[in-house]
Amino acid sequence: MEGSNIYGVVLAGGKGTRMGNVEKPKQFMEIGGKPIIVHTIEKFVVNAEFDKILVLSPKQWIKHTGDLIRKYIPGNDRIVVLEGGVTRNETIMNAISYIDREGCLNEDTIIVTHDSVRPFVTHRILEENIRYAREFGACDTVIPATDTIVESKDGQMISTIPDRMEMYQGQTPQSFKALHLRSLYQSLSKQEKEILTDACKILVIKGEKVHLVEGEESNIKITYPYDMRVAEALLGGR
Amino acid sequence: MLNAVYQLKKPRQFEMVFKDVTFDQEHIIVRPTHLSICNADQRYYQGTRPEEILRKKLPMALIHEGIGRVVYDPTGQFEIGDYVVMIPNLPSEEDAVIAENYLRSSKFRASSTDGFLQEYIETVPDRLVKLPEGINLTVAAFTEFVSVSFHAISRFMETANTKRSRIGVWGDGNLGYTTSLLLKSMYPEIEVYVMGVNESKLHDFTFVDGVYLVTEIPEDFKIDHAFECVGGNGAHKAINQIIDYINPEGTIGILGVSEDLAPINTRMVLEKGLKIVGSSRSGRKDFTGLVELYREKPEIVEYLENIVGEQITIREIKDITRAFEMDSHKLIGKTVMVWDK
Repeated sequence: MEGSNIYGVVLAGGKGTRMGNVEKPKQFMEIGGKPIIVHTIEKFVVNAEFDKILVLSPKQWIKHTGDLIRKYIPGNDRIVVLEGGVTRNETIMNAISYIDREGCLNEDTIIVTHDSVRPFVTHRILEENIRYAREFGACDTVIPATDTIVESKDGQMISTIPDRMEMYQGQTPQSFKALHLRSLYQSLSKQEKEILTDACKILVIKGEKVHLVEGEESNIKITYPYDMRVAEALLGGR
Repeated sequence: MLNAVYQLKKPRQFEMVFKDVTFDQEHIIVRPTHLSICNADQRYYQGTRPEEILRKKLPMALIHEGIGRVVYDPTGQFEIGDYVVMIPNLPSEEDAVIAENYLRSSKFRASSTDGFLQEYIETVPDRLVKLPEGINLTVAAFTEFVSVSFHAISRFMETANTKRSRIGVWGDGNLGYTTSLLLKSMYPEIEVYVMGVNESKLHDFTFVDGVYLVTEIPEDFKIDHAFECVGGNGAHKAINQIIDYINPEGTIGILGVSEDLAPINTRMVLEKGLKIVGSSRSGRKDFTGLVELYREKPEIVEYLENIVGEQITIREIKDITRAFEMDSHKLIGKTVMVWDK
């Protein structure tokens, strides 16, 4: 299945803390005795549709990330570690630039971007991301909101309470036709770029359609110590 | 890799847990695509196994009949994307005399270890057999089930005396279907008769030499050997009827699983000098033999299409429950889950 023109893009952002500092970026913390980022990359490795799996890492952690991959996923030449950007979207642009440099970027190139700290992503979610990105140009993985979402503009008073039935919580992957995403991003003003909290918003503010992919409750983002406890509990099956 | 495993926590209740899969140089990773429900799975799902067995074995992922695609193979024995049938018997030793499926040390998927109801299956190369190109995948899903008949027939051929002109198969369910189909396909010279309790089901056995309702078997009917494919609480009735109709020194192959003891007419077993041969599960050589047979005689796969029952796409845990509920109400046919979870 070589030459599918689909790339996994694992976003290992986090602070560029130097080695030796007390707090390592979350992706390097271990669950089940293995770094979270390794679990995440492995989910991409077992999907043959990905031509390459690009792992974007803060500059100081590139070697460390590469070493972990060699240790836990030996003999895999589909994984490439690249330097991330200052923001999430700049990091994604770095991934697209790599594909471009390799001479593989065209209108059909698909990138499936995913948080390195969401190791519980499933085969189905990845498959549907590929399917919907192909079909609709972009898609976002979400789950229906279980809590009522309250909007407050000043952080003190409620400004509005949207209908929960229409609310979803965003997860990842978020998948795109790479060339189109880049040209939309480049057309944004500096001000527009500043309000972007994630990559799907690039399309949304330009009035483009983004299809929904059904996520999973278990596809959690490991951000806080509490999440580590949840992750270990999910892994605790007999 | 954090692999999602869908375990039966207690009867009628599935739960997702994650188990780590480590990438090494010996293990292949397979993505299941089509999984078939067996009566053994149903006994766990419905909680009809004895209480102490359920307590000991659950939580556990069900399903031991299934196929999938190779997604990771550091051994280089398969191509990525190859469709393979997965062998549920997991031997831990070799024995020159005892077959792998009878070794007490062997584990078995969905009985002593997690079954195939998982996001990915990690296994060793010799537990996989490549399927013929273009095979009907829904039929291939229950290759394990058919391999049980293949194994029983191979065993029978090693045991039974050579007077083999007429063989009876008791049971008009799936197992009776696959056993009589393989028997007639592999040994067309043998006359095969099927005995059952449901006239409409018996009409589907178009490839055999005759079918009879168990209440209407002619008095002078005789067979040289027989297979019991009934199981459950009808097993003893079938075995005793076989004892009545079988010729002296015949062999009875018992395949049907029964939770209860089956009282049988031992006086007549002795008088006729009968052999009773138990047969259970199957091993690698049965899988490779059967897959080769599928290749040589594709009409077998076409006949097996007749026992494909419901096909249910699984995207959520509730779809698994739905598949098991539908399967429990079927008259005949194999329920196949198309795995998209």
